[in-house]
Amino acid sequence: MDLTTNVTGLQLRNPTILAAGILGSTASSLKRVMRSGAGAVVTKSIGVVSREGHPGPVMIKTECGFLNAIGLANPSYHEFKSELEEAKGEVPVVASIFGRNAEEFEEVALGLIEAGLDAFELNLSCPHAEGYGASLGEDPNAVENITRAVKKAVNVPVWVKLPPLTNIVKIGLAAQRGGADAVVAINTLPAMAIDIESRFPVLGNISGGLSGAAIKPVALKCVYDLYAVLDIDIIGVGGISSWRDALEFIMAGASALEIGSAVYEDRGVFRHISDGIARYLQERGCDLEDIHGVTVR
Amino acid sequence: MIPMHAEITQVVNETPSARTFFFDSSLGHIPGQYVMVWIRGVDEIPMSLSYPNAITVQKMGEATTALFKLGKGDSFGIRGPFGNGFSLEGNSILLIAGGVGAAPLGSLAEKAKSNNIKVKTILGAKSAEELLFKKRFDNAGDLMITTEDGSLEYHGLATELVDEEDLAKYDAIYSCGPEKMMFKVLNIAEGFDISSRVQFSLQRYVKCGLGLCGTCCIDPSGLRICRDGPVFRGDQLIGTEFGQYMRDASGKRVKL
Repeated sequence: MDLTTNVTGLQLRNPTILAAGILGSTASSLKRVMRSGAGAVVTKSIGVVSREGHPGPVMIKTECGFLNAIGLANPSYHEFKSELEEAKGEVPVVASIFGRNAEEFEEVALGLIEAGLDAFELNLSCPHAEGYGASLGEDPNAVENITRAVKKAVNVPVWVKLPPLTNIVKIGLAAQRGGADAVVAINTLPAMAIDIESRFPVLGNISGGLSGAAIKPVALKCVYDLYAVLDIDIIGVGGISSWRDALEFIMAGASALEIGSAVYEDRGVFRHISDGIARYLQERGCDLEDIHGVTVR
Repeated sequence: MIPMHAEITQVVNETPSARTFFFDSSLGHIPGQYVMVWIRGVDEIPMSLSYPNAITVQKMGEATTALFKLGKGDSFGIRGPFGNGFSLEGNSILLIAGGVGAAPLGSLAEKAKSNNIKVKTILGAKSAEELLFKKRFDNAGDLMITTEDGSLEYHGLATELVDEEDLAKYDAIYSCGPEKMMFKVLNIAEGFDISSRVQFSLQRYVKCGLGLCGTCCIDPSGLRICRDGPVFRGDQLIGTEFGQYMRDASGKRVKL
């Protein structure tokens, strides 16, 4: 069964993509994920200067998913360029980037472009770093301006990763106006946990983002709403851990799927999901295009 | 899992720079596994279990300095045990421990002895007073001591005694300590063509402990110290970053 997927002009061997922030800090790790079957990989978010990230705990498993506040730890685009060069391999590599404003986004994009990457994903949605991510992503003007600046600077597809806001369609439209080739929905939801013995917030950063099974229905609704309105590709992400989850997202309008937390239970999740999708399509004698957005009427 | 609340029941000054913190619950674990220790309001750090209910810590940075201020009745949070731990094999084993690297090997020595496995330990430290778990290794079998300042027994590095051993006669070899020491041990083991028989416990910047964030992956395999390790066999480490460099908290490469 052919699962070749075209997303923003990139040919993916299957629609599963490693989500940003998971196993994406080094070329070696990205390549190991490629070997495990992903159709594309997204790097850890990279910025202008190196950051050590928040104090720990930076990630904990909860009964319904994961809480994280890594804090945009990254070695800066200067250092990361060589990792990107080494990461080039069997599938497309997408660089996730972040900045405080359009100028910083542009600087990082230009700094990395020579490494020969296949697309950029703009992190306008990280919920746990002040002045970055969702702080910008909730402002349609900022989203449009940043997207436009990066689009103007580079000649590869630009994806915009959105925060899970109630007005996500407004933000998605802003990204589209700015020239985005795709939106990626959604990032983690703002969340926290408290240790009742010590009464401390568990995350070193007090709060962070919730990922995993708990957010799947939220993400699905966002994809559904975006597909009804946008003309550009939508990449679904949020709590996908099985081929059934993946099919739901495709039916809601996602052209491809990013997978993150599910790697915890199963490093082979990419292959397992694509095999499951293939089986489903084969049994019903249809292809990906037949079911893409089929639920959105 | 939310970190477990662990109350300190006893603090033992093992050496001038290392302390053992016993806490109020015993964790079923394989020697070589680690826990994420949360010093509230400061940071969370990975620590080998030195007993089912204790960690042995050297004062190094902000988090360990804060931990050293805690005493009996104080508490910290614990997630784990995590990682693979040492795989106990054969009838005769050699342990090679350097400095506070002896922490996970003490309980391995005791487990081996209780399984009737013959244990020999080469224990090295800067000076006699810095030797960690001397008694535990001595009780478990043969013990050879090296000190860099010559204050006890052999004057020199642990690897100098390893160099004089016929490594081929051991069914399995276990090493934990400074990476330069372990790298030398790997080189010596390669000379005997037995690198797959040596198990090394690696130290890297571990952040999530869950195998997700990717901070602790080693080149070029991409294996995660926190989940695929921290124990690796020598043949998994040949031609890798082991002995050459590691990455800091930001992910930047730092030469060893």
